[in-house]
Amino acid sequence: MTTLSAPSSPVVSMDMITKTFPGVKALDEVKLDLFPGQVTALVGENGAGKSTTVKILTGIYHPDGGTVRIDGDPAVFASPNDAADAGITAIHQETVLFDELSVAENIYIGHAPRTRFGLIDTAKIHRAATDLLDEIGAPFSSHTQLRDLGIANKHLVAIARALSVDARVVIMDEPTAALSHKEIEELYDLVETLKSQGKAILFISHKFDEIFRIADRYTVFRDGAFVGDGLISDIDEDALVKMMVGRAVDHIFPDRDPVVGEDVLQVVGYDHPTEFADIGFSLKRGEILGFYGLVGAGRSEFMQALFGITKPSKGVTKMNGEIRTIRSPADAVKNGIVYVPEDRGKQGAIIGLPIFQNITLPSLRRTSNHGFLRLAEEFKLARDYAERLDLRAASLDQDVGNLSGGNQQKVVIAKWLATRPQVIILDEPTKGIDIGSKAAVHEFMAELAVQGLSVIMVSSEIPEVIGMSDRVIVMRDGRIAAELAGDELSPETLVRHAAGITMSAESVPA
Amino acid sequence: MTDTGLQTRFVPDRLHSRAYRTLRSWEALLLVVAIAIFVVNSFASPYFLSAWNLSDATFNFTEKAMIAFAMALLIISGEIDLSVASIIALASTAMGLALQYGAGTPELVLIGLTVGLLCGAFNAVFVTILGLPSIVVTIGTMSLFRGISYIILGDDAFRGYPASFSWFGQGYIYWVFTVEMLLFVIIAIVYGVLLHKTNFGRAVYAIGNNPTGALFSGIRVQRVKFILFLLTGLMSGVAAVCLTSRLGSTRPSIATGMELEVVTMVVLGGVNILGGSGSIPGVVIAAFVMGLVTFGLGLLNVPGIVMSIFIGLLLIGVIALPRLWGMMAARRGR
Repeated sequence: MTTLSAPSSPVVSMDMITKTFPGVKALDEVKLDLFPGQVTALVGENGAGKSTTVKILTGIYHPDGGTVRIDGDPAVFASPNDAADAGITAIHQETVLFDELSVAENIYIGHAPRTRFGLIDTAKIHRAATDLLDEIGAPFSSHTQLRDLGIANKHLVAIARALSVDARVVIMDEPTAALSHKEIEELYDLVETLKSQGKAILFISHKFDEIFRIADRYTVFRDGAFVGDGLISDIDEDALVKMMVGRAVDHIFPDRDPVVGEDVLQVVGYDHPTEFADIGFSLKRGEILGFYGLVGAGRSEFMQALFGITKPSKGVTKMNGEIRTIRSPADAVKNGIVYVPEDRGKQGAIIGLPIFQNITLPSLRRTSNHGFLRLAEEFKLARDYAERLDLRAASLDQDVGNLSGGNQQKVVIAKWLATRPQVIILDEPTKGIDIGSKAAVHEFMAELAVQGLSVIMVSSEIPEVIGMSDRVIVMRDGRIAAELAGDELSPETLVRHAAGITMSAESVPA
Repeated sequence: MTDTGLQTRFVPDRLHSRAYRTLRSWEALLLVVAIAIFVVNSFASPYFLSAWNLSDATFNFTEKAMIAFAMALLIISGEIDLSVASIIALASTAMGLALQYGAGTPELVLIGLTVGLLCGAFNAVFVTILGLPSIVVTIGTMSLFRGISYIILGDDAFRGYPASFSWFGQGYIYWVFTVEMLLFVIIAIVYGVLLHKTNFGRAVYAIGNNPTGALFSGIRVQRVKFILFLLTGLMSGVAAVCLTSRLGSTRPSIATGMELEVVTMVVLGGVNILGGSGSIPGVVIAAFVMGLVTFGLGLLNVPGIVMSIFIGLLLIGVIALPRLWGMMAARRGR
């Protein structure tokens, strides 16, 4: 077995890797080295380029520039199979497994040994799977149906699958996100086992205690760019947090005197069986309230409950002091609450319908005459908001599907503003849109607040949260972890509350 | 793309004129097909161009088309109802049963329509409240509704409908124009207006293109779908009244297989079977195309089985040709 210290040469080395999507540079000349027998933590905010990196390493995306080297030799992964052949395997956040198959079949699907008739050698895969399961200490048999296993055990199957292809590089993308404390401990043991077998591990996590517990090295990305790397033993939490978020807030956010009036919206005691608990806050007229948290902290789930999509088990919504029953989005819209979802393509825009019909859809009652459409009124309303948002389109009759992400977002925002709401909830309003549209959305958001609209902004981008919000609520594990305003608002405090790091910076967990 | 920079960007309402859009539409293509069939038929048989023969020919499609209009809305919304022909059987059986207890024409009509509505509501509950896929639910109710008719009637038939009841399926408004034609025109206009000129119709398109997006836009998706199932049931009830009146009797095998002809008519009319697009004028033309083909082939003594082969080929041809066209254009382009 390989020695743990003194890294030899990297197994995988990414050099000057660039990946561009329409309007967004996801990765900009980044580098990443993975060494045998070592755990490298990839650290960065949401949108820093971690997932894109994983997809390049596993052959799903192809880099626009730069080189991936395996043992020093340049490698090109034309397909996920090529990456697998090179010994790279990934265990994803949502593990891709097949509920209807047995554990052994899941482990060997795609590379099962065959009998001489070309059929899967069932006896052999069960023998081999049993060995693998023993090796990782899995408490179930290879004959178990996958659907009978819990999430933690499904992870074990995914890990066994990774081992079955004789992987040299194992990528773990937030492997502990859905695990209990005890299961996490077991996972740590497993990581140690993999290390001792000389496998290179890329560990992606937002949880700093985890990183300091099991990683040997770190690499930090920020906004798709490489920031730094080194040995975990040479750095402390504070320094790592600073590397991760500490950019000069270079993007200029609109200047705005908080014109804050009386309470418009009050939320009391929102509970959900699994997603969130005990959410309560109030929102003032003309206020921008930021919601920060890690992915999976329950922010979107709560917002969708507030908007009447998911049903909370309990909770009271008051608008201007009066209790309102919101059982459906239609109720929410009627009460002046609108929601711009994160998933534009599925939940926001109605692709297939022209721009003007998208914009007028929730306002048809106003543009129509006793339920009969009046196209002239619709075009007038759509034009009004399209111009205010500086929409770039060939015509208002164009399918929204043909617009860029930023312009689709403008259509969705226009759709809601046209209903003249009192509260607008923006869920990751600038995710995946280009810098130009981003600035336009920020500017517009500020303008709306000045005009007296109350804004709830869910965002995972720290500069945006700090730059735009009057007040920020940090959520962690479905609960409100902190409410911050004024001087308390700093990248460090946000990250600490979101990740649940104790405020005493001195103590580094062993 | 030019950037004017300072002044507000002007975005035109539409790029193409109404005439241009009409000419490029599916409906225009279909109209050409309809005219071609008409011309071919008039040359193929000397009996084709007779007012009375043509009038008789309309029975080939009027009842199906009534259901097809409601079905078009349902399919545009992304659902389907395959139980429509069985709803006719059950509604007709209910009317026949009521007849045994001495019901008069108004009661018979009321019962036919009510049974249609109830069957639609039955489907709607399973699809919109329990969230089951409509294709499965209505394949189930297709057997269920007709099964009930068979239990009630067995090999028997209900006969002896009152003379006044025969007006719906056999009556004439003026000269060669039948009552069913009038109903066809009225229902076509009602559904055309409903789909193309109302907020409800817009909601149907929105749901068909993106049900989640429609829900997130404040549309009461399940309520709209519920209404669409009710309307399809109701139209099946109307068709049951017309068909029973025209035949003058009820057998449990009445309208067997009609659901597929209705769906064929809708798809031929340019409605996307996956939902999201389509128009009532398209379905109207498709109804004429199917009626003319059946009638023309009938005059030439072509057997029924060959007719269904022809309709099948027509459907596949009309759907596949534009796709092939597009593929060839794409290949040339690259």
